Amino acid sequence: MGDYTFLYRGGMLSASPEERQKHMEKWMVWFKDIGAKGLVKEPGHPLESGGKVVSGKAMTVSDGPFAEAKDLISGYTLIAASDLAHAAEIAKGCPILQVGGSVEVRPVMHMNM
Amino acid sequence: MPLDERLFRHEAGRMVAALTRLLGVHNLALAEDVVQEAFCRAADVWKFRGVPDNPPAWLMATAKNCALDALRRERTARTFAPELGRHLQSEWTLAPVVEEFFAAEAIKDDLLRMMFACCHPRLPEAGQVALILHILCGFSVGEVAAALMSGRDAVEKRLTRAKQVLAGSKGLFDVGNATDFAARLPAVRRALYLLFSEGYHSASPERAVRAELCREAMRLTALLIDHPRGRTPATYALAALMSFNAARLPTRTDASGDLVPLYDQDRSRWDRGLIDEGLRLLTLAAVGSDVTSYHLEAAVAAAHARAATPRDTDWTQIVWLYDMLMAIRPGPVIALNRAIAVAEKDGPERGLAAIRAIHRPDRLARYPFFPAALGELELRRGDRSAAARHFRAALALARSPAERRHYQRRIKACDDDAARAARAGEARSAVIG
Repeated sequence: MGDYTFLYRGGMLSASPEERQKHMEKWMVWFKDIGAKGLVKEPGHPLESGGKVVSGKAMTVSDGPFAEAKDLISGYTLIAASDLAHAAEIAKGCPILQVGGSVEVRPVMHMNM
Repeated sequence: MPLDERLFRHEAGRMVAALTRLLGVHNLALAEDVVQEAFCRAADVWKFRGVPDNPPAWLMATAKNCALDALRRERTARTFAPELGRHLQSEWTLAPVVEEFFAAEAIKDDLLRMMFACCHPRLPEAGQVALILHILCGFSVGEVAAALMSGRDAVEKRLTRAKQVLAGSKGLFDVGNATDFAARLPAVRRALYLLFSEGYHSASPERAVRAELCREAMRLTALLIDHPRGRTPATYALAALMSFNAARLPTRTDASGDLVPLYDQDRSRWDRGLIDEGLRLLTLAAVGSDVTSYHLEAAVAAAHARAATPRDTDWTQIVWLYDMLMAIRPGPVIALNRAIAVAEKDGPERGLAAIRAIHRPDRLARYPFFPAALGELELRRGDRSAAARHFRAALALARSPAERRHYQRRIKACDDDAARAARAGEARSAVIG
């Protein structure tokens, strides 16, 4: 088993209240399903779209990021999967894929001592 | 705890209503944007962290916070109501003032206020109904169009115009003003009646859509009854009418979505609880001397609900009620229903005569039940070729696949000798419950 971070990008933009609730409920069903299988290490959080970017030796602080909504990371989750292929398989169940978003699956680097 | 599937829709109405009071009716569009944002945030947090203990309170608090952000962002770009405007400049006063706007006592009548505002006298009835669905029931433009079986563009135009009228009005409706309240109450009842009818008589093949419209109309009518000035005899009569009709809703269509005439409905499946509620409301409506069309329509519905079998129906009373209805709200559809009741009471010849006596029948030219009623009565009288001709006319006017299938079956019944014995009973299908 290893740890994997799911980074969610994009997602549902405009929607009626009913569509939004239905979409949210799909996420809940999905989380419940993978949670019951012991695959969720930490459900994570959604992220605000705006923030600050600090960069360079001069430690410049600027507003941002200003990526397009579909490219912005909108949340993250920590998943426990047997390997990268398994983690990607789990990501296929994420409802964000139904509304134009994507899931980036990144293995967490661990040191084997 | 499972979420109420209508939570977001219903809270959308309450939130827009509260935000419009805060931001001013001319900022209705901003209020809608803030609600959209609040839902976005709520859905994002809930899907990761789970649903909070009190979802409606959480949503309203999120709307309040989003409104504060919007006010900070827009305080120089827009004008707000004077009572809010002077607090906008200072962060010290802004938050407490907004807090006051969202106090439980303050938001209590918001939905009612918005409902009255939506029935603005400058709006056509169709615009009022669309606006109620959109603002109070949280239907998107597309969902309103689907519910009303209208084109999306037409509904979009209708809503845009309606919102302009609303945003251009002096302020939100004041439910505390007894004179204004009483003056607009009939228009509000009428809009709720139309909303219910839209669901009840809709040709939409989607049973769920229709039931939803009826449920929304009943929810908003209950709101009217909750208010001391809203619960007049006419409002009770309207609520009674809705209860009786809603009791029959599950049997109006069969499993394949086809219409089932009142005569053929399985009365054991009528909702007894709703019928009892209707009778209770009708008693409350029978106060004072004012007899409205809602009283009479509710009394017709009660007469059907009380009859254990179609044969037990008191047609004499129903014809009398339709006579009264014709006196206070004359119209071709009422006249047609009256003629059908006359046929039940005195036989098909009398019924046909009553149909022929309808003033300006051209007003029913697009109404499939008109030729259908002629067909049923001709069939009952034994003139099968005339009956088939009328059913073919009804078929040409049918508004849904379910109606088309129904009239095709009736045409076939005219040719079908074997079904002759059964026809005497079936001919009563003219009564569309």
